[in-house]
Amino acid sequence: MNNAMEDATILTGNNAAAHALRQVKVGVVAAYPITPQSPVVEKIAEFINEGKLNARFVKVESEHSALAVCVAASATGSRVGTATSAHGLELMYEMLPWTSGNRLPIIINLATRSLGAPWSVWTDHSDFITIRDVGWIQFMCEDNQEIYDTNLQAFKIAEDHRVNLPVIVGYDGYILSHTMMPVVLEDQKDVDDFLPPLKHHINLSDISQVKGIDPVTTPHTRDRGSEGRVPGYFEYRYALQKALENSIEIIQEVHDDFANKFGRSYGNGLFKTAEFDDADIIIFAMGSVASQARVVLNKLRDKGLKVGLVSLKLFRPYPAKQLRELLKDKKTIVVFDRDIGYGYEGVLCYELKSALYGLKESPFIKGFIVGLGGRDVTNEQLIEGVNRALNQQKTEEISQNTEFLGLKLEELNDYDEATFFKEVK
Amino acid sequence: MTNVKKDYQKILGSVQKPVKGEAGKTGSWSSKKPVIDLDKCIPVKSGKFSCFNCWLYCPDAVITRTIPPTIDLEYCKGCGICTEECPVKAISMEEVKIDE
Repeated sequence: MNNAMEDATILTGNNAAAHALRQVKVGVVAAYPITPQSPVVEKIAEFINEGKLNARFVKVESEHSALAVCVAASATGSRVGTATSAHGLELMYEMLPWTSGNRLPIIINLATRSLGAPWSVWTDHSDFITIRDVGWIQFMCEDNQEIYDTNLQAFKIAEDHRVNLPVIVGYDGYILSHTMMPVVLEDQKDVDDFLPPLKHHINLSDISQVKGIDPVTTPHTRDRGSEGRVPGYFEYRYALQKALENSIEIIQEVHDDFANKFGRSYGNGLFKTAEFDDADIIIFAMGSVASQARVVLNKLRDKGLKVGLVSLKLFRPYPAKQLRELLKDKKTIVVFDRDIGYGYEGVLCYELKSALYGLKESPFIKGFIVGLGGRDVTNEQLIEGVNRALNQQKTEEISQNTEFLGLKLEELNDYDEATFFKEVK
Repeated sequence: MTNVKKDYQKILGSVQKPVKGEAGKTGSWSSKKPVIDLDKCIPVKSGKFSCFNCWLYCPDAVITRTIPPTIDLEYCKGCGICTEECPVKAISMEEVKIDE
């Protein structure tokens, strides 16, 4: 993988993201501070101040405005990147479908964080999963080098004329965002070779033509004089879906180009595997949970269990076809979600079930919720999860309850909210 | 890499020239319509191209920058922003009478 560690710089995940944005030469950055993302844009402000990055930093009063500025800047033909976390992303939500609908190649770095209430600044993937239905490409990273590398790839994917889609690069808050690791920063010349200048499909800064984006778009196609017959809403959204489906091919292509040029690869660009080929039992996870699972593979193999790992890197578009092909012969899949689709179950779990639906001998799939709000995800929890799944498979008693691992309810035996506040006087 | 675009790849963001009446005759949405009192209107009184706050602030661009300013009621949605922005209170909102 990495043959040049002596050239590495010691960086936090946030700073790795900032260096990537510097090296792709973003023209406009608009952002609002939120923990644990803030150091990304603080670093970018430093780069601009020191003359290392020729970009306009637009200060705004909220994340909604931040993404609105990014959308406008991108529509004038500029390369645009920003960063956010948790409620910042939720406040951007209204602008997210405008970004993908306009097919603007904006990149957001998301230092993942749980959603309130109650107030928490620690990591889980709740924010990341809430935006899965708005038409963005979504990546999740496992280390700081991957954050840097995925950013470089993200711009190339987003700006590909066959794609034209925004990308969100997720990485666990604190676990990566504030932890220092060696990161190889590539030479500027090589980055420039890899990522050619942006040729945007929209450029509103060309005022020789009076044009705008997004007039009211009717349910039906219609004639617009000299522009001929234009699509209705339905055609635009069909094109968005097809572009997402088609982007999987381009994501792999860009990943392979990157691997050839820089010598670092991440599985097939869609997911990474470990101890996979001879495994009967597969742990399926994303980000920090997958990192932790790498540690338990040997422990479980020492006990005679043939366990392997699939770490999902591309969450949207969901690589369903590839996962189906990959996992069709496995016996058991244990999914650990650091998120939950409230009222149902872990999102990774039910999406994987859906992807494998209809296989003749479908693997047994069991999901667990771990690590919400920064609760440590431990080896013991993951081992317990694998054992519970195997027991349920043996007895064919599939628990329909959503099971949490790592709860500490027993530590709370004296806690009763009804009396708690009365006694404190 | 192929240069032949698939059908869906020809459809990107909706970039179009502005056209009058994009969403039909939106004037029919209004319950009130603005009326300008020309005796108070600054450009009319001064005879000069001045003020035009109504023209500047109208979100539907239905007010003309002319002396006197005119309002295209076929597309005016009746939001009333012009009455707020007029510094001399020359614009008032009147009930739209619907012919039975």
